[in-house]
Amino acid sequence: MSETDALDSVVSQPYKYGFKTEVEYEEFPRGLNEDIIRMISEKKGEPEFMLEFRLKAYRNWLKMEEPTWPNVDYPPVDYNNIIYYSAPKKKPTLDSLDEVDPAILETYEKLGIPLNEQKLLQNVAVDAVFDSVSVATTFREKLAEAGVIFCSISEAVKDYPDLIKKYIGSVVPANDNFFAALNSAVFTDGSFCYIPKGVACPMELSTYFRINNEESGQFERTLIVAEEGSSVSYLEGCTAPMFSKNQLHAAVVELVALDNAEIRYSTVQNWYSGDKNGVGGIYNFVTKRGICKGVNSKISWTQVETGSAITWKYPSVILQGDNSIGEFYSVAVTNDKMQADTGTKMIHLGKNTRSTIISKGISAGESNNSYRGLVKIGKKADGARNYSVCDSMLIGDQCGAHTFPYIESANSTASIEHEATTSKIGEDQIFYLQQRGLDEENAVSLIINGFVKEVFKELPMEFAVEATKLLSIKLEGSVG
Amino acid sequence: MLQIKNLHANVDGIEILKGINLEIKAGEVHAIMGPNGSGKSTLSKVIAGHPAYEVTEGEILFEGTNIEDLDADERARMGIFLAFQYPVEIPGVSNSMLMRQSYNAMRREHGEEELDPLEFDDYVRGKLDLVEMDPKFLDRSVNDGFSGGEKKRNEILQMAVLNPKMALLDETDSGLDIDALRIVSDGINKIKSKDKGVLLVTHYQRILNYITPDFVHVLKGGRIVKSGGKELAHQLEDQGYEEVVEAK
Repeated sequence: MSETDALDSVVSQPYKYGFKTEVEYEEFPRGLNEDIIRMISEKKGEPEFMLEFRLKAYRNWLKMEEPTWPNVDYPPVDYNNIIYYSAPKKKPTLDSLDEVDPAILETYEKLGIPLNEQKLLQNVAVDAVFDSVSVATTFREKLAEAGVIFCSISEAVKDYPDLIKKYIGSVVPANDNFFAALNSAVFTDGSFCYIPKGVACPMELSTYFRINNEESGQFERTLIVAEEGSSVSYLEGCTAPMFSKNQLHAAVVELVALDNAEIRYSTVQNWYSGDKNGVGGIYNFVTKRGICKGVNSKISWTQVETGSAITWKYPSVILQGDNSIGEFYSVAVTNDKMQADTGTKMIHLGKNTRSTIISKGISAGESNNSYRGLVKIGKKADGARNYSVCDSMLIGDQCGAHTFPYIESANSTASIEHEATTSKIGEDQIFYLQQRGLDEENAVSLIINGFVKEVFKELPMEFAVEATKLLSIKLEGSVG
Repeated sequence: MLQIKNLHANVDGIEILKGINLEIKAGEVHAIMGPNGSGKSTLSKVIAGHPAYEVTEGEILFEGTNIEDLDADERARMGIFLAFQYPVEIPGVSNSMLMRQSYNAMRREHGEEELDPLEFDDYVRGKLDLVEMDPKFLDRSVNDGFSGGEKKRNEILQMAVLNPKMALLDETDSGLDIDALRIVSDGINKIKSKDKGVLLVTHYQRILNYITPDFVHVLKGGRIVKSGGKELAHQLEDQGYEEVVEAK
């Protein structure tokens, strides 16, 4: 086996989450219009303000154009051929797992996320979103004791309308961009977390998203509010079956950190990425943004992006409060014909705000991996500092890595540092490790694990283990 | 231990080695000297199994086994070690992690139990003194940000840890100041033994003041054009390659 073949087999692993669960669905007709939106809102028993929010977003969306600036290429999406609401028929009752369709419980079991609380990691609470709806949220009582609200966004709209009204769309306005507007019009579920003043959330919160229906899109919405002096760590995981068609996933995540609050948001994204020839896979068009609204607040995004046919995503932080901190740690792996255009925006508005960007792109096969980042320093952001590192690693000679850093500074006291490197896993590196007795597969995996270490160490323990496993699954292969 | 018979090797279709014959027995130190471009470094890479080099003729026997079809890692686990002229940097992978994986790969090969990180730590710390290295080196990324001298010492440390049967030292002396040269040479002297073979590739005679070769070979144009004892090295130093080779 030649060097290149061995490398290929090392990075090309079959997708093991590609199974489909047979469940009965309640679906809305295909297509998008105001009636569909009214139906979604009615289905969810939403208050009037929510319907208004949706309709306004929809009317805006109609006037907007799909962005063409990302460094990705795909045929036009027919937004009228998507099912916007698709829910398993057996009605989920969130108080008891007994009433969740066993097939769905089994699905999460197979994904390694048992929803049975006894089986769960003791310090992780899970919200499971299956297609358009949340099917279960665990450890709610324990969290409630600490005053933490963790539930599906649909419930939150009904149970905590004041909080939702105050914060939804406050970080990502409904007309922010094409996909955010679409999401605002049709979002069907997602998670809501509220951490009250002074509370350190006693456990990790997590949401596992699963797209199961071939014809439906997933439009979830997550909102996390951390009140003064509170802190929370939130994890998000995603998988989907293998279909030959593309599914659209257009999510919006909003984070709000008030004075002295801290939010850590970690993602391991492993949507189905399509086959070797680029057939099928998820279009992952996501808007994630946090605002450090209060002084000394901190928002930290960590993402491990290993799936999706196309990823378009820029988890960002608006640093409004003085002395606030924004962080972005990212590993994006592309293989075969995958395309990723991902990065971050750090918008410095407050004084002495600081941001760190560590981006690691790994491209293999015929894939294309772009880092796109904006560091913007506002006029009043005296003493703002940014430090960015963008490293790209190429495996093989048919892939591409691109870096698009944008810097806009309106304050002369700001300090901005940007470093970028591109390296190739070379014959020499592999030979060196082989000469030390490691077989080729171990050599490649050691090099890659070393490359991503700076980012992986930012992940919470439970997730770091999972991410390392995921990476090694992607990397293990039959060499020779 | 190592027998090389009529070895021809190409890289990118260009023939670099044009019929090398060499035998190294256990306990012997052989020095390969020669001008730039003579094929010295190629020889050590071909023995170690670098995939860019193609053997077109001849054979390499290690302990009686023809190793031509074996991958570099298989050769390494048989006991062939190459100290690189330009050690490669592996960011994010700590020295101790690499050495433990290597050492355990060797142990697995010999049906021995692997060492856990604590056991390995004890083992490796015992080797640091050989090359006068600070334990801090163990936690640093492999060769990342190392000075030239540190990289070479690190190679010798790895050699001490892996304890190979056959050590190929590719211009280990290049770029070393006199102190580093002494440290590296001392390390090599402590590791070499009567059951090990050493092939020392060098451009200069000075390392041979520290490590005494049993045989010296002059390589030119991909062939060994002259062989002799350690005095040959001095002759080369005094008279230069041209004169010594012409006078054959």
